[in-house]
Amino acid sequence: MTDEEIIQVINDSMIEEFELDVGVMLPESHLSKDLALDSLDFVDLVVVLQKAFNVKLREDPRMRKIQTLGDLHALVLEKKRELESA
Amino acid sequence: MTQRRIVITGMGAISPFGVGIECLWEHLEAGATAVREILPSDRPGGMRSHVAATIPPIDSSAIDRKKRRFMSPMSIYSTLAALEAIHQAGLTAEHISGRRLGLSLASTMGSTQESESFFGEMLRSGSMEQIKSTMFFKTMNHSCAANTAQALGVQGRILAPSAACASGNLAIGLGYEAVQTGRQDIMICGGADEYHPLMTMVFDIMNAASIKYNHRPELTPRPFEVERDGVVCAEGAGILILEELRHAQQRNATIFAEIIGFSTLSSPDDLANPDTETMVDCMLESLRQGQIGSEQIDYVNAHATATERGDIAEGKAIEAVFGRAVPVSSLKGHLGHTMAASGALELIASIQSMQHKVLLATRNLEYPDERCGNIDHVRKNRAQTITSVLKNSFALGGINSTLIIRRYMND
Repeated sequence: MTDEEIIQVINDSMIEEFELDVGVMLPESHLSKDLALDSLDFVDLVVVLQKAFNVKLREDPRMRKIQTLGDLHALVLEKKRELESA
Repeated sequence: MTQRRIVITGMGAISPFGVGIECLWEHLEAGATAVREILPSDRPGGMRSHVAATIPPIDSSAIDRKKRRFMSPMSIYSTLAALEAIHQAGLTAEHISGRRLGLSLASTMGSTQESESFFGEMLRSGSMEQIKSTMFFKTMNHSCAANTAQALGVQGRILAPSAACASGNLAIGLGYEAVQTGRQDIMICGGADEYHPLMTMVFDIMNAASIKYNHRPELTPRPFEVERDGVVCAEGAGILILEELRHAQQRNATIFAEIIGFSTLSSPDDLANPDTETMVDCMLESLRQGQIGSEQIDYVNAHATATERGDIAEGKAIEAVFGRAVPVSSLKGHLGHTMAASGALELIASIQSMQHKVLLATRNLEYPDERCGNIDHVRKNRAQTITSVLKNSFALGGINSTLIIRRYMND
């Protein structure tokens, strides 16, 4: 999977899960302020991404620092690379 | 002190026929059936009954995502039905959010589909990592009541009675008592359930589900009929707005009917089998509450699910109270058994019968079983002025419940 494909899967999963418009799926979009995700949505976001990419995110301290969609893309890409190099 | 009178000022329905009370009435009056053959993929091994009445796909986008994410289908059905009822009643946001409006809404249980998914995942992976945060809110016993109240913004009392097939009737009765005793001025009442094969299995295991008409689903269920062979499970939601009379009059609300009697009594002899004597007592007590004689009832809307024992027990009980003097029909032949929704949907249909001056026939009743009592079965829709209706709902667990409504008279 290329980085672009990974980002597409993340965006598509979130659009479906949280009924988001494609137009708001910008790297600079704030997950809470722009996409209106709340704490329970974050729980489900982790579940969806773990399932899509077979990675562990729930206990990853970097997950708590995520602010924007771009931050999320970067973390998932980083996790995938860690997994591949392990 | 004058007893508070309770009237019905709004109704809403999601039935196996589709969305809305008009859709419900059109299909019932036309004698249509909602019963279909279940797809093989939805039938667990060994399940002999292949028929059900399920709701066609509906648009739930009227419910905000952050409310809807906690909802299984039953809560979506009940919320949409409640929105229709609230609109018809003309209730404002101030009415809904006031502490004087409550909700009494029943389902037979939480979402079985969601429970199945949860345990399926646990058995598959042995891990909770794939379980979403909203799972519990769909499986809890008061999921339907809590979700609907949250979506509407109700701030009065929330009641979530669960009593199997009598749940909806009981919820309306408890809502009626909450207004009658002055605890609330308005109650949003009713019942809802979503279809899952477990429903059918429960009756199939007890030899009480319909199995003979799998390839002719339109011929089943057959309440009170010689060739009846059991329940056909269904899903739906029925909601009624109950309101204190003066409160309704002060805001010039349209009044569709008045609830004048409610009784619920237990028969503790057998958890699974109905009891004629308690059914008789339950109907008599509701008549006593309503301060009217049996001769003043114009129509009995029976529970009659087309089981061997249930129809006999109820038919005999109706004969003991009314003889052949009062027309009787069951709507399960059209709708199947919508479980917790049945008490509410069938009460709504009874009010529509009052409005249209038409008694609805029992669908599929060709040859009445004489063992079901010597009663006046409605076998073809009958034009008749209807003033008072007695509505029965009976349930596994020895639960018996009866409501009486009458056309509103400004007396």
